Amino acid sequence: MTGTSYSRWIGLAFAAGLFVLLVLPKILAPYYLGLAVKMMIFALFAMSLDLLIGFTGMASLGHAAYFGLSAYATGLLALKLGWNVWLALPAGLIMSGLAAVLFGLLALRTRGSYFLMITLALSQLMWGIAFGWRSLTGGDDGLPSVPRPDLGIGISMADGANFYYFVLLIAAIATFLMVRIVSSPFGYALRGIRESETRMLALGYNVWLYKFAIFIIAALFAGLAGILYVYYNRFVSPDYIHVARSAEVLLMVILGGAGTLIGPAFGAALIVFFENLISAYTERWVMLMGFVYLIVALFAPNGIAGLIRDYRKKRASS
Amino acid sequence: MSALVAEAVSKNFGGVQALSNVSFAVEQGERHLIIGPNGAGKTTMFNMLSGAFPVSSGRVTLFGQDITNIPANARARLGLARTFQITNLFPRLTATENIVLALQAQSKSAFSMFSRMRGDKDLFARAGALLDEWGLSEIADKAAREISYGQQRQVDLILAMASNPKVLLLDEPMAGLSAAEVVRAVGMVHSLPKDMTVLMIEHDMDVAFDLADRITVMHQGGVIAEGTTDEIRNHPKVTEIYLGAD
Repeated sequence: MTGTSYSRWIGLAFAAGLFVLLVLPKILAPYYLGLAVKMMIFALFAMSLDLLIGFTGMASLGHAAYFGLSAYATGLLALKLGWNVWLALPAGLIMSGLAAVLFGLLALRTRGSYFLMITLALSQLMWGIAFGWRSLTGGDDGLPSVPRPDLGIGISMADGANFYYFVLLIAAIATFLMVRIVSSPFGYALRGIRESETRMLALGYNVWLYKFAIFIIAALFAGLAGILYVYYNRFVSPDYIHVARSAEVLLMVILGGAGTLIGPAFGAALIVFFENLISAYTERWVMLMGFVYLIVALFAPNGIAGLIRDYRKKRASS
Repeated sequence: MSALVAEAVSKNFGGVQALSNVSFAVEQGERHLIIGPNGAGKTTMFNMLSGAFPVSSGRVTLFGQDITNIPANARARLGLARTFQITNLFPRLTATENIVLALQAQSKSAFSMFSRMRGDKDLFARAGALLDEWGLSEIADKAAREISYGQQRQVDLILAMASNPKVLLLDEPMAGLSAAEVVRAVGMVHSLPKDMTVLMIEHDMDVAFDLADRITVMHQGGVIAEGTTDEIRNHPKVTEIYLGAD
């Protein structure tokens, strides 16, 4: 059966991937290890958006709001009140969750491009607050020297490898949870909503409640990515919330292939890698991203995962 | 007690009066047909009954319970199911997954986030059995958008029946089907449990007269006649609408 050999192949690739991720600190120079951490964080961020776009069909252009709000909450609490990670991380998540409850109540009154516009507007509102409230957020200058997380068990996060494992562990747990969610009855109902809301209503599903729940869940995972990013950068600025970041993560999802989780994770890793590579030569990274988007839209509307799926289909039928 | 009652239901879309004072009652176990020319308001009436749109005025009751102001999904949970005039499936999901979503809709586990959907072997077996029953097992793993139109209409019907509803609203289930497929679809409707109440919109008079216990005739947003098949067959107003006045 091709099905079994394919799933075995997937299992092998997964094991190999995990092995590589585990030994990476032994092979990579510190600079590249840092880049790997950034890739994992954005993979997590992109997967969280995929829950909305790929699985539920809700295209948000304001997902950076939750990434940034939790980053600010955790950064501020760590910096100004000296909270350790055990307190600051949950507090950051609560911040994102609360914002999602509030914004969800507003944004879920709309759908399609109106949903996109209102999520954009709400996130830019948050950006405006972060930018303008200088006494709290430092405004445009951001908040420098946020400390690395202190687990209080004698493992120093100043060490690149330790911090890498910290991020890997959290990203792995989060990925596992997201995979569970999309393979659950709840996850199938989300796909149903993506495909036809009216049919789901006629079948008896409380569509609004499902959308509200996944909106909050997606915000929590985005918030988790934001918290890891503030610990990674040791810095947070209004850029975290800006629409450019929302657009970037949207592109990661589309490039990788929405509705697959693994696709957006790869899309994120690719974009982070190339952004890093290309920024060394030119300032015009955003313009290049525009080209990437154009090429994907023209030649691979279902992203890399879609290309692979089409290729497999073609081979299977020939 | 009547299964489903519409009392003076009206609906305007802006200035357009789509329905004016439509009343009828569907008895339990009845095969009740709604016929009428295009634009008579039949599908709009279905949208009022199923809760897809709110009424402008009037009342809808299901087994005596006022359901006028409750949302579509809550009506479904009270045992009111519907099909759609324009095929409304989950196009990128397989036929089996389509039916699984319908079967799961009213179970307690529908909102469960941490059990595996595929782990519910019983649910998938029931979906497979339904496809088998209607001779559709060969399309079980095909995406709904890749199967033929006739098969899509059948899956549409299975989705509505899957929850074993008390009242089933069928919106032109035969539309666009080939002659052979119409025979199959009529067979499907005939084989519905006798205690299930069926309200059905149909354009084809032969099909309508074959299935109906009772017929309501709509024209220009109102009811112009109601009665048994014989009464409707010989009703002067109905002949006038369908054949034109002399």
